Amino acid sequence: MIPRGSIGRRLTLLLAGVAALLSLLSWGMVTGLARQAAERTQDNVLAASAITIAETLRSEQGEVRLELPHSAFSMLDAIGEDRVFYRVTAAGELLTGYADLPPPDQGLAPGQVGFGTGVYSGEAIRMASVLRVVLAGAQPVPVIVTVAQTRQGVNEIAAELSRLAAALSVAFFVIAVALSAIAAHTSLRPLNEIAAAVSRRGPSDLRPLRRAAPAELAPLMTALNRLMDRLGQSIRRSEDFIAEAAHRVRTPLATVRTQAEIALHSVSDETERLRLRGIIRAVDESSRSAGQLLDHATVAFRSDDLARDPIDLTALARQTAATLEATAALRDIRLHLDLTTVRVAGDPVLLDSALRNVLDNAIKYSPEDTTVAIRVAKAGTDARITITDEGPGLGDGPPEALTERFRRGSNTAGIVGSGLGLTIARDVVTAHGGRLELQQAENGRGACVSLVLPLA
Amino acid sequence: MRILGLALGMILAGAGALFAYEVEEERFYPGTGPSVLRVISTADLAVFEPYLLAFQAARPEIGIAYTVTSSADLYTAIRNGAAFDLALSSAMDLQFQLANDGFARTYRSPVTADLPDWARWRDLIFAFSAERAVVVVNAERIAGLPLPATRQELIALLRDHPERFHGSVGTYDVRESGLGYLFATKETRSTDVYWRLAEVMGRLDPQLYCCSGQMIDDVAAGRLAVAYNVLGSYAAERLARGSGGRVQILRMEDFENIMLRTAIIPRTATEVAAAGALIDLLLETGLRTTAEDWPLPPLSQTGSADGAGFSPIRLGPALMVYLDPLNRRTFLAEWENAMEQR
Repeated sequence: MIPRGSIGRRLTLLLAGVAALLSLLSWGMVTGLARQAAERTQDNVLAASAITIAETLRSEQGEVRLELPHSAFSMLDAIGEDRVFYRVTAAGELLTGYADLPPPDQGLAPGQVGFGTGVYSGEAIRMASVLRVVLAGAQPVPVIVTVAQTRQGVNEIAAELSRLAAALSVAFFVIAVALSAIAAHTSLRPLNEIAAAVSRRGPSDLRPLRRAAPAELAPLMTALNRLMDRLGQSIRRSEDFIAEAAHRVRTPLATVRTQAEIALHSVSDETERLRLRGIIRAVDESSRSAGQLLDHATVAFRSDDLARDPIDLTALARQTAATLEATAALRDIRLHLDLTTVRVAGDPVLLDSALRNVLDNAIKYSPEDTTVAIRVAKAGTDARITITDEGPGLGDGPPEALTERFRRGSNTAGIVGSGLGLTIARDVVTAHGGRLELQQAENGRGACVSLVLPLA
Repeated sequence: MRILGLALGMILAGAGALFAYEVEEERFYPGTGPSVLRVISTADLAVFEPYLLAFQAARPEIGIAYTVTSSADLYTAIRNGAAFDLALSSAMDLQFQLANDGFARTYRSPVTADLPDWARWRDLIFAFSAERAVVVVNAERIAGLPLPATRQELIALLRDHPERFHGSVGTYDVRESGLGYLFATKETRSTDVYWRLAEVMGRLDPQLYCCSGQMIDDVAAGRLAVAYNVLGSYAAERLARGSGGRVQILRMEDFENIMLRTAIIPRTATEVAAAGALIDLLLETGLRTTAEDWPLPPLSQTGSADGAGFSPIRLGPALMVYLDPLNRRTFLAEWENAMEQR
């Protein structure tokens, strides 16, 4: 599987990207609003100034007179240090002020304040104009008061607020990124927990996952459980099939063997007898292999839901040895029992099967007229069943390899075998939480196989 | 170098004629280098020479051409584009108008950044000295009378002894003196006593002056008993100290006028860096906290023993209000009504 980036990182980056966008957007908006607010403030001050001047307009002896009030100008440095220009015209004639100030943009209604922007003396200015009609003698004279100011103060206020907004946006962004990382980590936690739960499982644990999962992960869980279910069924089916096949093969084989033995007794010709003995041996082997296949399937089946019955290993060993006594006697092999009472919890059928397979192996590979020793003892917190033979040993390869399915030792040529015996033994002790130990016997000849099980 | 100075002086005199300003005093301080800083100022050389010498001690390569003229002429000259690198004036309203109307250029330095906000405007105009308007009295002429501490007391004093003060009260002729006009307009806004004082002075046949120097001289000589609104520079104080108690300087406790002496670099300036260096020197002396002996008072005088708060006239667009011809005409008409009751 090639890892294609991390969801967490992608999620964090995505959220950070969104935060950056929002930060930028909010900075832009605050900057725009700050500028608008500053401009509006300036407009208000300019309007107030123009109105204050217009209010001093009066008529004296048929002439328009005015007095620039001090407050009209002193209020203008409220915003900042801005240059101030003004003009008062009566009927288009300059009364006072800066004659070359740009004219007001639009037609003014009396009493209304009109605003405009322009350039004067090399700087951008904002202007407020007020129209007032003054009766000079009998003649109504329109008087326009214009007050203008440069925009440095507005720019400074806007720039300062913009800097402040930028600092806040950066802080906001940093916090958002940190929170995004935390959020991504938190939302991915169930996924990691499920992955951990799955990887903690043993190799044959195919039970469905029963965990509370977020809605988004439910399909994955369902699919996973369904897959494990199918896998389990498929394994069970094949085990069933093998067991069924072995069972079906064993029964006719028993019939063939009986018939062959009867024939052996009734035939006197030595060649025929030899041939019949060969048949019997082959049938025995086949039967044995079928039995092992059956055992293997049983182990696979029963380990899934292991029984934990109290078992006396001494009784078990004695019983198993008794079933193999006859086979051993055929080849003059003595079974030596050295038993201490040890109890474990487990499945008696499986443990019997494991012990029988190991013992069977030992008998099979032992030369005639030798001893196979079975020893049951306590070793610390473990129970240990050791089977030692005087056979050819474990061969040259690593001993653990022998527990692989259908793997046989390098020195077993000439002896018929399936290579399943040790596999069964290992699967059983592993299912019981124990282990299988393979060693050369201490005197250098023969193998020593130990089934190590935790004490009950 | 002297010939060069002479030539320059002639050029400057010619320029004065061309740009319609009257040169009261003029001096050339040669430098070791070719560059010449052209300064136009309202401060007499007697007051200002120590600054020029200090500048030349620090920057000997720069020559200085120093021209003294009245504040109104200085304003007109700069407005008409006369070529100067630095304009120093006591008329802060006119200086402000020049800066506002775009006749000044910006200057920034670490020293200008140290200035308090009220002492600069837009990096265009810089205050380097704060001077207060005071009342100068001749102690012999008012012997036996209480010294006035407020304008109310001054009014009472003048009103109660018309025979003693007739023809012996001096003040600025605000029609001629820009500074007097600035002080007067500021006072009309700050206190309602001003017009009553003007009325009282008007009845006493007041003597009107263009400049504070002459007023102080006349008080010292006994021709005046009281001079109102005199620029209380150190020069005046020194004179008072040297007079052995004959000339006394009184600060009005009800309200004080404090004027800022300001510098701008005109748009026509060519030696901008040198002008900036001289501004820095002036500001450093203006910001001094130690009792160094410079002719002009420092900017901050809050530490001195005066009871009234220190509030100099603000550098701001409000200074332009009374420069408006309509307002000026109205104000002068009112002032003449009060002052000229003969």
